[in-house]
Amino acid sequence: MKTENIIGVSVPRKEGSDKVTGRAKYVDDIVLPGMLYGATVRSSIPRGKIRRIGFGSGIAWNEFVVVSAKDIAGKNYVALILDDQPCLADGVVNHPEEPILLLAHPNRHLLRKAVEAVAIEYDPLPALFTIEASEARAEIIWGTDNTFKTYLVEKGDVDSIWQKAAYIVEGEYTTGAQEQLYIENNGMIATFDRERGITVWGSLQCPYYVHKALMKLFDLPEDKVRVVQTETGGAFGGKEEYPSMIAGHAALLAMKSGKPVKIVYDRMEDMAATTKRHPSRTRHRTAVDKEGKLLGGEIEFVIDGGAYATLSSVVLSRGTIHAGGPYYWPSVRIRAKAVATNAPPHGAFRGFGAPQSLFAMERHMDRIAAVVGISPVEVRRRNFLKPGQTTTTEQAIREPIDLDKLLDRALELSDYRAKKDRFRLENESSSHKKGIGIATFLHGAGFTGSGERYLASVVGVEGCADGRVRVLVSSTEFGQGTNTVLSQIAAETLRLPYEDVEIAQPDTEKVPNSGPTVASRTVMVVGKLVQSAASGILQTLLASGSLHEGYSRDDFRAACAKHIAERGELKSWARYEAPSDIFWDDQKYRGEAYAAYTWAVYIAEITVDMASYGVTVDDFVALQEVGRVLHPVLARGQITGGVAQGIGFALYEKVAWRNGRMQNGQMTNYIMPTSADLPPIRVYFEELGNVHGAFGAKGIGELPMDGPAPAIVNAVADALDANFDSIPLLPEDIFEAMKQHPRASDSLAAQGVR
Amino acid sequence: MSASRGQCEIHMTVNGEDRTVCAYPMTRLLDVLREDLGLTGAKEGCGEGECGSCSVLMNGTLVNSCLVPVLQAQGTTIITVEGLAGGSHLGALQQAFLEWGGAQCGICTPGILMAATHLLTRQPRPTAGEIREALSGNLCRCTGYAQICEAIEQASARGDSDLGNLDS
Repeated sequence: MKTENIIGVSVPRKEGSDKVTGRAKYVDDIVLPGMLYGATVRSSIPRGKIRRIGFGSGIAWNEFVVVSAKDIAGKNYVALILDDQPCLADGVVNHPEEPILLLAHPNRHLLRKAVEAVAIEYDPLPALFTIEASEARAEIIWGTDNTFKTYLVEKGDVDSIWQKAAYIVEGEYTTGAQEQLYIENNGMIATFDRERGITVWGSLQCPYYVHKALMKLFDLPEDKVRVVQTETGGAFGGKEEYPSMIAGHAALLAMKSGKPVKIVYDRMEDMAATTKRHPSRTRHRTAVDKEGKLLGGEIEFVIDGGAYATLSSVVLSRGTIHAGGPYYWPSVRIRAKAVATNAPPHGAFRGFGAPQSLFAMERHMDRIAAVVGISPVEVRRRNFLKPGQTTTTEQAIREPIDLDKLLDRALELSDYRAKKDRFRLENESSSHKKGIGIATFLHGAGFTGSGERYLASVVGVEGCADGRVRVLVSSTEFGQGTNTVLSQIAAETLRLPYEDVEIAQPDTEKVPNSGPTVASRTVMVVGKLVQSAASGILQTLLASGSLHEGYSRDDFRAACAKHIAERGELKSWARYEAPSDIFWDDQKYRGEAYAAYTWAVYIAEITVDMASYGVTVDDFVALQEVGRVLHPVLARGQITGGVAQGIGFALYEKVAWRNGRMQNGQMTNYIMPTSADLPPIRVYFEELGNVHGAFGAKGIGELPMDGPAPAIVNAVADALDANFDSIPLLPEDIFEAMKQHPRASDSLAAQGVR
Repeated sequence: MSASRGQCEIHMTVNGEDRTVCAYPMTRLLDVLREDLGLTGAKEGCGEGECGSCSVLMNGTLVNSCLVPVLQAQGTTIITVEGLAGGSHLGALQQAFLEWGGAQCGICTPGILMAATHLLTRQPRPTAGEIREALSGNLCRCTGYAQICEAIEQASARGDSDLGNLDS
């Protein structure tokens, strides 16, 4: 049997040449003849009724195209899950930055002045800005109880375990909002034509989400809406659903003006108005035996969804299922809810709820260790999930994962034990205190629960007369390497050179719906479908006798040409079918939550400067099992990039809120890591393979976002012998904590002993 | 070419070619490059000189073109990312970025390539620390910078002076 020669090899990125020469066309690089620029007039208050919209003097308003909610032909919402978010506010606003009016003009400088000249008068209503205020329900701002969604996971009999516990350990952990901060701001261009309907081009992750939203907004059939993805300069979840809003806005202006309209946000608008990672609060109450083994526990996980439901229910779902970490819980009860506040809706960001609940779990494991009096290493080792055991949703682990071994290797790579001892000795007399922290975690690949079954993704592969092969998917490239890896899979399956495969531009007129590009599903789920569709091409040509085993590249080309001459085209389709051994109960929230998990141990080494309380990450070991690594350079790039975002999440990136509005919507005052801030990020892979993914791959994109924050905060707690349960952890937070410093070990001992 | 009221004629050498544009003096160099000259390689990421995506070389100095009024560019020599490749073949630095994973989403890449070019012309054999320092004005959200730094080290180690078409 021929061995693989493209899978596992770091071939050049498909669109790489265009990116290093400046030829790649992002939405803002495209200009259409007669194009207008569009802008959005937004709410300046968090909640209230719109009393009057005034158009100020000094502006030639007759030159402007003006669109309000009254211009919407179909349903005034951004279609997604609950359809509660208006595309344009109609009489009421529920958060600052809510879109109210749209303007278009050929001159974008005049446009800015016109936006400022619109004066909106409101009758303000009381607004809620925190999880606690939303829970208190002094005002009902959404539905009947300010609650978008709740979940309850129950395993075993939690209520009976408290009596058996040697220790009961409690903790509360919070995480802040985080901006995706893709360097390319959101943008869309739309055209409208009576015959063809609406076409939009733009920066986006999910062409068919935008397609569905535009159909509803304009009440148009599917063949009258076309969505094309342009080169996309980063996304990280931030271009999962908000592009549907911008596409709707650009299309409304295009329809009213009869001209192409481009809306590109500037940085401040993008940061203030578009989605961010959900702020969260997690409470743990855990029963452990005298050896530190988990007997059971209660976990309460709450996220702040902002003003509209958008994706909060699914973010909550992933966060809920990951809340127990990679540990065996004989019994557990997880109560989760997503609540409404009057902030702009929070949304998808790499990790999708898991970084929040895993931060809590991994901080809590260190707290348990301290209470029991064992090491952070030992508490994890005693509780790791083992093959055959079940997760919190009672999914049996079938993969031969050995977390002990993974942990041993990470400890060795980081020189953990020696450093831990050395730091303890040296910290006593040093003004720079060093610490080392661990996070062990898992991440489910693909949509949660029945998600993939509902999506029923379709993929096409086309053989062309010149012997080239085109992959037809709506899966988008935004840096992660979709184009490259899916091409590798097709090339390997067809035993053709990588150069002979190309990816069609995602265009809803030309590619099938292979599902959204989210949830670490592209390589595992879509990749498997590409493999299957490519096999279909091969089987067709072999069965017809136009191709024979052991064929050359020329033979393949001749066979394609022959087939196309005789039949017109050579295409093969594959549709997702759920594996027969995967079962999920949506009602009880029980069963196979994910077809596969990835597993990781991250170890962070940090220094706290006791003069400034600044934290520097000195070394970072990221060891993970992600199934087969299909492209080593891209895979490593996913990990280093995710870890960098995780370091930002832990130590730098703080959204300053005032009355539901982001105050620091600039790169000057919302701080992400630069090249000078980051440590060497040492990346290692274990490869166990995976029967559900193409060539044994699992998902990889989100995993590295989960571990850095808890590993780093565990390290800071180690360095200072203090508890830090909230991120981002800024120098001023450390300063405050150290002012009233009860040594963490003392206070925990007092708390934990029953 | 005719200047309307308030505009002025600006002469620059851009990627080796003499160019003249009529623009308001405070128009950003970035807009002139992208809109008047059709050179869309330089990107606007923040519009306030933080992200470095609009970096170009002006008389050999690395500048954020979003902060340069075009009047200041009068008579200067500008190199943008489009000027790095020699015709159809990639420069050593661009090639290294392709091989070592220096570009992911690609939006910061033009600016980072200009910062790296600037570094390597002054310091052909930079240390890892010097590379990180030289890139600290260019934000990348995808890579965590590791593979960008390695690509620059590789380009440097190859000892290839072919960093691109910088003679102009």
